[in-house]
Amino acid sequence: MTSVTLPALGSVLPELLLAVGSLVLLLIGAVRGNRASGTVNVLALVLIALAAVAVAVQGPEKVVALNDAFIVDGFARFWKILALVGSGVAIVLSREFFVREGLDKFEFPVLVLLSTLGMLLMISANSLLTLYVGLELQSLAIYVIAAFDRDNPRSTEAGLKYFLLGALSSGMLLYGSSLVYGLTGSVNFPAIAAAVQGEQGVLFIFGLVFIIAGLAFKISAVPFHMWTPDVYEGAPTPVTAFLAAAPKMAAMALIVRVLVGVFPGIVEQWQQIIVFVAIASMAIGSFAAIGQRSIKRLMAYSSIGHMGYALVGLAAGTEQGVQSVLIYMAIYLATTLGTFAGILALRNGNVYVDRIEDLAGLSRTQPALAFFFAMLFFSLAGIPPWAGFFGKFYVFSAAIDAGLYALSIIGVLLSVVGAFYYLRIVKIIYFDEAKAPYEAMTPTLKLVLGVSSVVVLLFWVLPAPLVGSAVAAAKSLF
Amino acid sequence: MFGFGILSGLLLLPLVGAAVILTLRGDDASVQSNARSIALATTVIAFIVSLVAWGRFDAADPAFQLVETHPWLAETIVFKLGIDGFSFPLVLLTTFLMPFCILASWNSISTRVRAYYVAFLVLETTLLGVFVALDLVLFYVFFEAGLIPMFLIIGIWGGKRRIYASFKFFLYTLLGSLLMFLAIIAMFWQAGTTDIPTLLAFRFDPALQTWLWLAFFASFAVKMPMWPVHTWLPDAHVEAPTAGSVILAGIMLKMGGYGFIRFSIPMFPDASLYFQPLVFALSIVAIMYTSLVALAQSDIKKLIAYSSVAHMGFVTMGLFALNEQGIQGAMFQMISHGLVSGALFFAVGIIYDRMHTREIAAYGGLVHRMPHYAVAFMVFTMANVGLPGTSGFIGEFLTLAGAFKSNPWVAFFAATGLILSAPYALWLYRRVIFGPLEKESLKSILDLDRREIAAVVPLILLIIWYGVQPDFILNVFAPATEHLLRSTEAALAAVKTAAVIAQ
Repeated sequence: MTSVTLPALGSVLPELLLAVGSLVLLLIGAVRGNRASGTVNVLALVLIALAAVAVAVQGPEKVVALNDAFIVDGFARFWKILALVGSGVAIVLSREFFVREGLDKFEFPVLVLLSTLGMLLMISANSLLTLYVGLELQSLAIYVIAAFDRDNPRSTEAGLKYFLLGALSSGMLLYGSSLVYGLTGSVNFPAIAAAVQGEQGVLFIFGLVFIIAGLAFKISAVPFHMWTPDVYEGAPTPVTAFLAAAPKMAAMALIVRVLVGVFPGIVEQWQQIIVFVAIASMAIGSFAAIGQRSIKRLMAYSSIGHMGYALVGLAAGTEQGVQSVLIYMAIYLATTLGTFAGILALRNGNVYVDRIEDLAGLSRTQPALAFFFAMLFFSLAGIPPWAGFFGKFYVFSAAIDAGLYALSIIGVLLSVVGAFYYLRIVKIIYFDEAKAPYEAMTPTLKLVLGVSSVVVLLFWVLPAPLVGSAVAAAKSLF
Repeated sequence: MFGFGILSGLLLLPLVGAAVILTLRGDDASVQSNARSIALATTVIAFIVSLVAWGRFDAADPAFQLVETHPWLAETIVFKLGIDGFSFPLVLLTTFLMPFCILASWNSISTRVRAYYVAFLVLETTLLGVFVALDLVLFYVFFEAGLIPMFLIIGIWGGKRRIYASFKFFLYTLLGSLLMFLAIIAMFWQAGTTDIPTLLAFRFDPALQTWLWLAFFASFAVKMPMWPVHTWLPDAHVEAPTAGSVILAGIMLKMGGYGFIRFSIPMFPDASLYFQPLVFALSIVAIMYTSLVALAQSDIKKLIAYSSVAHMGFVTMGLFALNEQGIQGAMFQMISHGLVSGALFFAVGIIYDRMHTREIAAYGGLVHRMPHYAVAFMVFTMANVGLPGTSGFIGEFLTLAGAFKSNPWVAFFAATGLILSAPYALWLYRRVIFGPLEKESLKSILDLDRREIAAVVPLILLIIWYGVQPDFILNVFAPATEHLLRSTEAALAAVKTAAVIAQ
């Protein structure tokens, strides 16, 4: 084993920042107790910003470090920025909520940081071991924060449920990894990729299926989605916002890297699995959402559906497909964070909105909030000219180019079903009679909702930056 | 940096007006009256701008004019605008009808006034965008984006069953257009571009054309609407506020016809020829069946809605006659129907504002109290029937002539159906306007006020003017039609030669 050189550390600078930083923050918290919570929150944001800068200044070239276990390329940088944005916004959203709920503990930002560190490792994983370590670090921190409201039975239930099912999925992932390792003789992605060409035996497909199952659990794709509605509903809302955003980025990055980067030789074989998972996710995400009354459960099914659409792009298995996944997930991130900022804004004292009916007539009492909220839902439904439409455009464009006609037709038809329940929310906001007004939005929520709305609503004016960087990022995998 | 042309100016103008309305401050009453005035001013200016564009438009040239291009999604998917002889009359129709919609809403909309006018102005931008877009993706964006403001207009300011109607409208049209969306993507991968002028010259594989044609047909047939996918229309028309019905009937229905003439016929000529009997059959059913259905209606707006479906049947029949008379007649019928049905809905809105009912049975003998109204309504009804001397006649005559050239039996059945359109219209007129003025509630009804006269008179003049001077408007799309037919024939001939060589 060679020693780690200093230049190699440069490529892991963002991860080092987060690792060292979160330990320092933990010390500050341990010494000063919960009085330090405000400071720790701010410092955590600073760390995330620094990490994002460190990611941004890394050159465009591909660097492999730490004995080939770690890779930094354009693809990784794109996802890292998304994950960092998701985590940062989640911390911003959480502060007021926790202060108000009396849960203002310094551990929350530290746990988010550790989880984010896990995500960055997942994104940069270049071997099955890095993949597993990153995934576990990311998940363990989330198990804890899902149960952060520990006196609330629903929150603890959410944490426990997520932990149990998460442990199961980790087991499947490990089992699959061991099979792949046993058959190819290596844990390093390039070595595996070189070994896997052409038709593979049943045992190998077994391993591949287990790996996909473990990763599909993390993006809550059907049939590994069962935890999602309960965890989304039970966890404190800012934690749900975090869950819906950042970890999905990391897990999707990993799926894309493993399937497209490591197993390009057997596209035909994993394509079938992804097509099935995509159709099932879109279907469950559309149909099961119709009957939901809780807005957080609805967002859970919505996210299941959206993962299905992103997987449509991946199913293509081409460079366009990867581009489309990148664009789709970036737009999903912006829309989701904005929507959760809106959900967090709907409160009276300590009572937060839960049922969709509670949104009735919001357009009368808070027209600006109602407008942005409704437009974000139109974007989730994929109606032009909002960003969600362009996400779907790229995804289906890739699928059609790859000849996946049936998948595309099923996908757009299911999106009509999806449009139905998004429209129902717009109907409740705009057509129904007003109920008691909610408190005015706080400035931070306004900021988050405003920025994400600008991204979503004005994407069609200036699509070039996002599309251009996604194109560049996707190139590095091919 | 951008270098805006007149068309992007036209698209931006209503948005600017909407933005100004959003920034209005003050008490409710002043905001409402200012919002109305700004909306009216914006739509009038937009109409003037479109007239300026007319001045720069050379009708003799079949090519796209006033073209402007801005970078957009990709090198081959750009923000490209332009007009030709087919799209420009529809642009003019849109900008012309918009001020009337604002006038029609003047007093009848009293809740959430600011939002209403914002929605209307945004709607105008999307409608214009559909007609001026010269890129398929851009076209699709405008085509779908119009659903959002229309959904809100029906759902917020509509009648009793507004929620049902708005959902049906939205989901029906969305389902149709999403299939077109996939076809657009497929065309992009085939031709490597979504630039409409390039695609017009591109030859798609005839086998692929069939699928693409069907996907586009799914969207445009719903939008037209053609029988049997017309059922959203009566609901949407009836529940929408007056101005919403005017826009739906006057302009949104024309998007389907425009789509056929812009995409289906020139881009998929083989498939269009292949599916000609299907379109003829559906058109004839639409003309005969919906005329009969209209006869059985007790709701004025529903009756007019069904008559719209019948009139759109003439448009599809004319378009797919695939000859000069048919296509020119269809274009003319679209413009004429835009004016006439818009005017009819406006006329219904006038009595609805006074009585708040659309039941035919609630009216009768209006001529005694409202002589001016009776005259206006008569002109609109006669134009709807297609009386010679009104614009309705020219369109129906030309489409029938075109259909006759293509297939006499089609013309025979359509002409038979045409007879059916007279009874319901005349019967409606008799029951609403004539007869004794017996109903207590009608005894104090007022005739047209100055605002309403100002809105009705230009419509009457135009309907009659186009009826006696059809050349004025036919000349605008004659070169475009000729160009379309020549290129379509060339394409079809090429296929025939290829088939002969293959043998």
